[in-house]
Amino acid sequence: MASSLPQGEQALGSVLKSKQKTKIGEFFSNLSRSWTGMLGFGIIMLLLFLSIFGPWITPYDPMHAEFSKGLLPPLTDGHLLGTDHLGRDIFSRIIMGARVSVIIGIATACIAGVIGTIVGIIAGYFRGWIDIVLMRLVDVQLSFPFIVLVLVINAIIGAGLRNIIISLAIGGWVIFARVIRSEVLALREKEFITSSIATGVSRLQILVKHILPNLFTPIIILASLQIGTYIIAEASISFLGFGVQPPTPAWGNMLNEGRDYIFSSWWLVTFPGIAIVITALGVNLFGDWLRDTLDPELKGE
Amino acid sequence: MAEEALLQVNRLKKYYGISQGLFKKDIIVRAVDDISFTVHRGETFALVGESGCGKSTTGKTILRLTEPTEGEVIFNGTDVATLQYNDMRSLRQQMQMVFQDPYASLNPKKTIKQLLMEPLRVHKKFKEKERLQKVTEMLDIVGLSKEYLDRYPHEFSGGQRQRIGIARAVILQPDFIVADEPVSALDVSVQSQVINLMLDLQKEFGLTYLFISHDLSVIEHMTDRVAVMYLGKIVEVADTETLFKDPKHPYTQALISAVPISHPAENKERIILKGDVPSPANPPSGCAFHTRCPFAMDICRQKEPETLLFEDGHTATCHLYTTKSREELNYVTSDSK
Amino acid sequence: MSDAILKIKNLKIEFKSGKETVQPIRGVNFELKKGETLGVVGESGSGKSVTSLAIMGLLPERTSKIVDGEINFKGNDITNLKEKQYRKIRGNEISMIFQEPMTSLNPVFTIGQQLSEPLRQHRNMSKKEIEKAVINVLNQVGIPRAEQIINEYPHQLSGGMRQRVMISLALLCEPDLMIADEPTTALDVTIQAQILELMKNIKQENDMSLLLITHDLGVVAEMCDRVVVMYAGEIVEVAEINELFNEPLHPYTRGLIDSMPTQNTRKERLYSIRGQVPRPNEITKGCVFANRCPLAFSKCFEETPPVFARDDHLSKCWLQNTKEGEVV
Repeated sequence: MASSLPQGEQALGSVLKSKQKTKIGEFFSNLSRSWTGMLGFGIIMLLLFLSIFGPWITPYDPMHAEFSKGLLPPLTDGHLLGTDHLGRDIFSRIIMGARVSVIIGIATACIAGVIGTIVGIIAGYFRGWIDIVLMRLVDVQLSFPFIVLVLVINAIIGAGLRNIIISLAIGGWVIFARVIRSEVLALREKEFITSSIATGVSRLQILVKHILPNLFTPIIILASLQIGTYIIAEASISFLGFGVQPPTPAWGNMLNEGRDYIFSSWWLVTFPGIAIVITALGVNLFGDWLRDTLDPELKGE
Repeated sequence: MAEEALLQVNRLKKYYGISQGLFKKDIIVRAVDDISFTVHRGETFALVGESGCGKSTTGKTILRLTEPTEGEVIFNGTDVATLQYNDMRSLRQQMQMVFQDPYASLNPKKTIKQLLMEPLRVHKKFKEKERLQKVTEMLDIVGLSKEYLDRYPHEFSGGQRQRIGIARAVILQPDFIVADEPVSALDVSVQSQVINLMLDLQKEFGLTYLFISHDLSVIEHMTDRVAVMYLGKIVEVADTETLFKDPKHPYTQALISAVPISHPAENKERIILKGDVPSPANPPSGCAFHTRCPFAMDICRQKEPETLLFEDGHTATCHLYTTKSREELNYVTSDSK
Repeated sequence: MSDAILKIKNLKIEFKSGKETVQPIRGVNFELKKGETLGVVGESGSGKSVTSLAIMGLLPERTSKIVDGEINFKGNDITNLKEKQYRKIRGNEISMIFQEPMTSLNPVFTIGQQLSEPLRQHRNMSKKEIEKAVINVLNQVGIPRAEQIINEYPHQLSGGMRQRVMISLALLCEPDLMIADEPTTALDVTIQAQILELMKNIKQENDMSLLLITHDLGVVAEMCDRVVVMYAGEIVEVAEINELFNEPLHPYTRGLIDSMPTQNTRKERLYSIRGQVPRPNEITKGCVFANRCPLAFSKCFEETPPVFARDDHLSKCWLQNTKEGEVV
């Protein structure tokens, strides 16, 4: 019923009423009013659960190859989603693959977020030549397609989990820098900043105590939306044979390995593919909901 | 009133350049164009004018929230316009500001306690423990309960926020406060509360106000002297009562006559001005008001008028009074002051 | 009174926000007679703008609902008209001027394009006739160089000019009723004087009725024949203009008038109404103004007062109850 309302109005309503509630209580009462937000949140929780408790849930050892049981279709011999060409259990591999996705998504968002935020703040707050230099750098990098850039960096520094995080972060910080810079530019002109200057607050304190706290919301929103991009990018890169190397299970390289069997054994590519789609969907739904809820335009009044 | 000058503004100018792209010359906007006035200690000095006349810019320039292009701002004997960054920062405890928009001028992420503690912390006033005491006292003075200490600005109404804004300015016990349209964003029934608060605080702390407003009835009520601004220039300065009784400049006359009546039975003679305020980027030649002035003469289009002094420090900048005979009007030019 | 052009009877409007519903309009009654200027005075949150949107059929459809009451325009109930029927009335028989002239004009169309829109919508006129009508109406609102202005864009005009364009837009189809929602609040005093003067003249020339919504008692004194005073979603007083200023019956109205700076001695404390305007979700039983009223007594906190009439002067205050009135 209420979920048919635009999410913005729900956020508005919740701000109106939730005076005494704790932040966590507020979070859930907000969330409960949007089924898309709930779905996204549920998927993310499931992903986190799988990546932490994966080893205890998997029915089989995801690395264990048994050639005699290769290419079993789903629901045979106790293999829920079948086995791949080496006889490894696909269900177990997907569960373990969640861990790779989650690590890459979160770690990249953290690194890219920190670098991008610092650059964005410097450019936006100090303006002048440093702003021009940094932003032209960002422009140059943004003119390359993200995935191609990450592939090139990855090809240079080599494959592996750590390196793919590094290359994704190098490719991804520019978005943060851009967004944070424009946020800072807008914030600096806000009257409460002028008010602090009039009070006599020093430049550094204004930056730390007034501008930074107002950046948390955009940073969190952006990070949550970017995580989806990173997970898909990782899958694409692993699919192309860079990135996470076999036998470590990652959804991207599972797709890659299953490619040869796409016509004979569909389940090799289908299930990792579905996992990627659901994850990206979940992260984006949650990110959208977060943006609608925290959007400063809607908050306050 | 002891006529001790607290603030002297001398030939202050603030020009903005608006970039027109790479190959065109920048447009120069003369937001404040060569204005001078003196504010005495303990008085309320008003700057009045319509939007775009430069009154807010003047206020901000005096507090160095924007850098002046030219001119002096002498506060208590020091020229504010040339102070170094750190000296300026410490001088700010003596000159504070109250903003127009109580919704925009308080950081939404800070509690009332944080907002009010900040000025004390920044200027290292009192010991840590006494500060909270001081903040509670201040809240009490502006009429807010101390239960509000841990609340955020968005939980308050406009009037309450403006009280917080005022508390934040007064807590350092400054000598001088620039109040930029402090009541125009508020509901009618709340406006009078805030005006009363400002009057009370002035008495209690001996504050000097530079009161910037477009609302003539508020200005008439609470200020001592008024400067009328038009297109970046001051056209008339006078004691508030004199100004409303005997406005000299045609713009002031029109402005006062344009105020809506306060009772339906009142019959007011109106001077309806033609047209709109010209752009400060391209002000008219001569007297800037001549395009709308009902008494405009040839000389007004060609020559900028001089400022003339009437009795009791009443000055006006208008050709109407220069063309008549000197004795008749009993004036002296401002140069001979 | 059969000469009423607009009658609002017991109007109640609900707004949904999230799980909560608030009722910013709780039983509003008033009439606008043909040819008169009726002022609706109130502060933010009084529901004056919501009322005007309801008359125009412009309430946000998904989040608001007229739960009770009737809006009657020229004898027809227009409360539950379909959007398509409403469009025939809107801009044609009832038109509206908004507070912010910049945001109510579309920046990508020229003035001429925007002004010909309602004529194309409601009148069967040729292109030439439309252009002539547009230039004519622009001249009427005192816009110089009308022939050139029609090819200019809103941002090329000043605030006062834009408000004139808005007024001409509202005038185009020669409406019977014009609703002006804070038409001069965003303007400077000298421009406000121009626009008010213009509205007076236009009303007279075009034989219209005017519903003027404002928070400014000065503007009301200047313009109106009768006044409706709204507070927190209710009408607290209705009176003829001179009577309202001479003998306000409701303590809220009295407070508003007394707190005008011009009604107080210079440099003295102003009379002021204590407290804040309640938010819609803060309204409890009893009189809505009781918690701020200097004259409130126990009954005010218990029971909502009915409307008491003294001739044409209505007020919603227990003090006007003749029996109770003696008690105080």
